[in-house]
Amino acid sequence: MTFSWHWNFVWEILPLLLRATLNTIIASVLGYAIAMVLGLVLALAQRTPWRVLTWAVREAVEFIRSTPLVLQIFFVFYVFPQFGIRLSPWTSGMIAIGLHYASYLSEVYRAGIEGVPRGQWEACVALNLSTRRTYFGIVIPQALPIALPGMGNYLVGILKDTPMLSVIGVAELMHTANAIGSEHYRYLEPYTLVGLIFLALSLPTAHLIRMFEVWVRRALGMEKAR
Amino acid sequence: MKNHPLKLEKGCPIVRFDSVTKRFGSLTVIDGLDLEVAEGEMVTIIGPSGSGKTTVLRLLMTLESITGGVIYVEGEPLNMMEREGKLVPAGQRHIRKVRGKIGMVFQHFNLFPHMTALENCMEGPVQVLGLTREEARQRGAELLDMVGLADKKDQHPARLSGGQQQRVAIARALAMRPRVLLLDEVTSALDPEVIGEVTAVIRRLSTEHNLTMLMVTHQMGFAREISDRVCFFYGGRIAEQGPPKQLFGNPKNERTRQFLSAVLEAN
Repeated sequence: MTFSWHWNFVWEILPLLLRATLNTIIASVLGYAIAMVLGLVLALAQRTPWRVLTWAVREAVEFIRSTPLVLQIFFVFYVFPQFGIRLSPWTSGMIAIGLHYASYLSEVYRAGIEGVPRGQWEACVALNLSTRRTYFGIVIPQALPIALPGMGNYLVGILKDTPMLSVIGVAELMHTANAIGSEHYRYLEPYTLVGLIFLALSLPTAHLIRMFEVWVRRALGMEKAR
Repeated sequence: MKNHPLKLEKGCPIVRFDSVTKRFGSLTVIDGLDLEVAEGEMVTIIGPSGSGKTTVLRLLMTLESITGGVIYVEGEPLNMMEREGKLVPAGQRHIRKVRGKIGMVFQHFNLFPHMTALENCMEGPVQVLGLTREEARQRGAELLDMVGLADKKDQHPARLSGGQQQRVAIARALAMRPRVLLLDEVTSALDPEVIGEVTAVIRRLSTEHNLTMLMVTHQMGFAREISDRVCFFYGGRIAEQGPPKQLFGNPKNERTRQFLSAVLEAN
């Protein structure tokens, strides 16, 4: 087979792919939002005085991190219905990807929280601050600059993992490209375009994250290392 | 096991350690300590490193748990509380209530780096004492003025010198209006040329404001000049205590003598 690039075909399928790009973006942002909140819950749950809870959450996080995302997606979509939990592809996908990345982010948060010097906690005790205020007013704002680079990596990571949602029929980029390919028996253009679109999404994202890191440090008045 | 009173009578010392013991594993750091601090008194703890002097402050600030004994603050037990006529280990709420009477300044300042000097001083009053931001701002500004940093109130700690940071830390602790202020080697992390600006503030708190203070320090000259009473710590106990003139001028205990001569030689 000879190499041939058909521009006509490109213009024909581009609108379809761009529409699918929107789904990819929605899946990434929604999945990440779930992961951010759930990850914080998982991280804080490991810091309570209840040892059993800490242990259970720790093991759950380890389990989720050590099994493939695609398996978890299949599990939620195909196995949950056997227990009477029937979820749409989108819902299944968001649960699986949100939980998967929540376990990664909880580790990033944990490292961030542990990176806050012990003296900061002690100052909070000396000022008699509540646990809640200690976390949200003092510790988390300082853990944020430490956690941001890792958080940024996983935002790009989640974007690049959204194609896994194609296996359960979420009409994101990869799924759409597959459909186009099998309909027209041409794969070069759709897959190349998918690659270019991912590049166009992830490079600026990574750049924006770096700018955001600098901005956060400045906003917190911490541009100078302590 | 010794019997500890549920509460101390009126006119009791503001702080009282009643045979307090602290162990880390098999290591006994504080060994049946009895220590009292009276209202307005300036008590200094000196002693070799590892003698447990900093632990005394950390126990009182509840940064460490107590293995045995009871600490009373204004007559009320701190690490214990009364239930059905008996002392039982204190719950978080009780500890927070009693702990509110104590303030602490640390060796490494521990200022909140993401807040300005003024915001550091407002944090406790707003979040814990329930002052309005305006009231807290006013209180914080007055205290920063008192420690000579009125012009630095909008600076973040990273932009302040060590001496300035420590003075902010003192202002922050005072903003909570503590009944007792604990000073944990507050000049040890400072460059020699700025130690004076911090000790000057402490001197004023003692002489002008008659604040009750418990201080751990390596600065013998300062301890001698400012203290009402000096306690020499050795092996988790007070080996000797008395007015500075007596303890530094005519120490009775052999350990005290050895320690003082070693320290004075080093200077």
